[in-house]
Amino acid sequence: MKATFSIGGVHPHDNKQYSVHQPITECPLPAKAIIPLVQHIGAPAQAVVEKGQKVKVGELIAKAGGFVSANIHAPFSGTITKIDTTIDAWGMKMPAIFMDVEGDEWLETIDRSKDIVRKLDYEPKYIIDKVQEAGIVGLGGACFPTHVKLMPPPGKKAEVLIVNGVECEPYLTCDHQLMLEHGEEIIIGIQLLMRALNIEKAIIGIEANKPDAIKHMTALASKVLGIEVKALKLKYPQGGEKQLIDACIHRQVPSGALPIEVGAVVDNVATIYAVYEAVQKNKPLISRVMTVTGKSLAKPGNYDVRFGTPLTEVVDLAGGVPEDTGKVIGGGPMMGRAMSNLDMPSNKRVSGLLFLPEAESLRQEITNCVRCGKCVGACPMGLEPWLLSKQAWHSMWDEMEDHNIMDCIECGCCQFTCPSHLPLLDYVRMGKAKVGGIIRARQAANK
Amino acid sequence: MKQLIVSPAPHFHSGDSVRKNMLLVIIALLPAYAVSVWQFGWGALITTAISVAACVLFEWLIAKYILKQKSTIGDLSAVLTGLLLAFNLPSNLPWWIVIIGALVAIGVAKMSFGGLGQNIFNPALVGRVFLLISFPAQMTTWPVPQGFATSYVDAATGATPLAAMKEAIKSGEANVLSELPEMWDILIGKMGGSLGEVSALLLLAGGIFLIATRVITWHIPVSIMATVALFAAVTGWAGMLPESVCTGEYVMLSLCTGGMMLGAWFMATDYVTSPMSNWGKIIFGVGIGVIVMVIRTWGAYPEGMSFAILIMNACAPLLNLIRPKRFGEKKKA
Repeated sequence: MKATFSIGGVHPHDNKQYSVHQPITECPLPAKAIIPLVQHIGAPAQAVVEKGQKVKVGELIAKAGGFVSANIHAPFSGTITKIDTTIDAWGMKMPAIFMDVEGDEWLETIDRSKDIVRKLDYEPKYIIDKVQEAGIVGLGGACFPTHVKLMPPPGKKAEVLIVNGVECEPYLTCDHQLMLEHGEEIIIGIQLLMRALNIEKAIIGIEANKPDAIKHMTALASKVLGIEVKALKLKYPQGGEKQLIDACIHRQVPSGALPIEVGAVVDNVATIYAVYEAVQKNKPLISRVMTVTGKSLAKPGNYDVRFGTPLTEVVDLAGGVPEDTGKVIGGGPMMGRAMSNLDMPSNKRVSGLLFLPEAESLRQEITNCVRCGKCVGACPMGLEPWLLSKQAWHSMWDEMEDHNIMDCIECGCCQFTCPSHLPLLDYVRMGKAKVGGIIRARQAANK
Repeated sequence: MKQLIVSPAPHFHSGDSVRKNMLLVIIALLPAYAVSVWQFGWGALITTAISVAACVLFEWLIAKYILKQKSTIGDLSAVLTGLLLAFNLPSNLPWWIVIIGALVAIGVAKMSFGGLGQNIFNPALVGRVFLLISFPAQMTTWPVPQGFATSYVDAATGATPLAAMKEAIKSGEANVLSELPEMWDILIGKMGGSLGEVSALLLLAGGIFLIATRVITWHIPVSIMATVALFAAVTGWAGMLPESVCTGEYVMLSLCTGGMMLGAWFMATDYVTSPMSNWGKIIFGVGIGVIVMVIRTWGAYPEGMSFAILIMNACAPLLNLIRPKRFGEKKKA
């Protein structure tokens, strides 16, 4: 029997058939680009370029605003036109660098050849510095700066690197395709990270609906000591960090703690590919593979998109917005964001664009809670969504904290499974924001 | 470009609905119902039709004229209540008693609490117990199965297996036991009893269908049946049974008769009136199992499934205080 996480979970239809096995295609360069300065968790990056300055592809244009922050490099060559604010793909207002794209001139230090570089004898510090310089963040969705994970706090020791090739969100296929096309680079990236963390063991977790990726990665991993591929049962949210650790090494990260507490470091395959490119090719993180998909889309596929490209250009590449579109989702359907328009630039966070037909875009009518307990059974964190949503409705913040609302990973299993179509996660999310604020205020007061 | 629809995640739904769950339960009941019709004939058809029609009608009337709410009969829960109520009645019950039962089930037990999802007690069982207390004679006169009887109210009547059993235990007279049906007859439903409780085998199959379609989980029915089996076995080992009945037979009799299958798989698993966490469900099931066997062994009634479920219904809110096992919960050292 295939491994999986121990509590809850749901089985949404994976709908990957539209874009699966579509080769990664480069998105053409736009004429103008807007590069948001917040494409990660943590402090905004600080612009280090000025209006009118000419930049080449790969040049540093904004420096990390702190330890938990990330550098941003020019995805295009051209002229900086202004530094202003913009609305990013998540609908957030933030500082951004605007530029006119001129040609495609890269920094000479970047190795643009297709040759695979297999050199491994770097100092750990060199690898970590490279990762930090390149502005690499977790491309699985959270966008947590990767170098921070590579430097465990004093007293904690990493034992195993867990590589997230699960891609449990329905529709998305970008990680799958990346493993098929760049499997060898990913294996080298894993070895680099193992060296940086000074560990002997790595496990690549891949869900059972990608048998070719499992086979391919197993064949590649068999040539390297210490890397193991684990085929995982098809169950959402298998790719959730805590769930994946549970599935791979049967350790549960305690409430409120980070994976390092159980000796694990988790990185997504796309992140690891970026690590390979940064260390071996000297190429900073300036693009990512996005899945553009949907039932009615003309050319669903996996596209390599440079950050700052207007999403409209990406959509045109995939055949334009389908007639029947009701909702466009940035990311997958379980945790992605619905977008209000497509004029926004792409960024490190948007792993996909999903076009849902109007008929599937609206929520169903809400009926009474019948206390079936299906949300309790589905919650992968062992919470009681029906109770938390009622408590949020009644502003019972203390009770919500007592019922561990801060453990919620917002995976959406409860709302997905609710036969009464109750907006459980809406309430839980609202309560979580409120309770989180109360906890922070209390901590500040107690200092 | 036209306006896009915006809402928070998740943007995907399982497609599950209250109506779908109710429909699946109704489908799961149909094979057993077919046996009842075969055994009890027109009585089974008429009683069910009256019960379902009355339940739906009362729900519609109350929602429209008293609560002034949108009608909820579309979710099929009233149809299911009507069907379950009929399953719990003798097939020769006069029509006006059936209607009173439906009024109590829907009007008192369900709608007065605010409709589906709000009631504390299983509506069909409240209706049944009300009738049992109010019309004890009619409610305990069981028609004998005779293979599609065409007469409705004048059917020949007889005791249920458990009533015969109880009589035997009380009086110590072994000859009462000759009234007990054969084991095979019990399994396929050739015995006296409420309209829908007779076919143990097909009710069990329906229950397994509900688990397979994820309408219910195993926790409640399995914990009820395990408790009942254990209790019956202990009764046997303690020498409380008449000599002519072996322990194994009594265990089977306890599991397959007296509405045990119907109660464990279809009544106790009612979403609204059962606990939500897995441990809560198990304790709920064990509680039902113990109470029903206490009633059967020492109480005034030979069956007692309805009372056991209703008593545990009252405990469900309390059992909901039991929290599910949390992810990453620290094990006590």
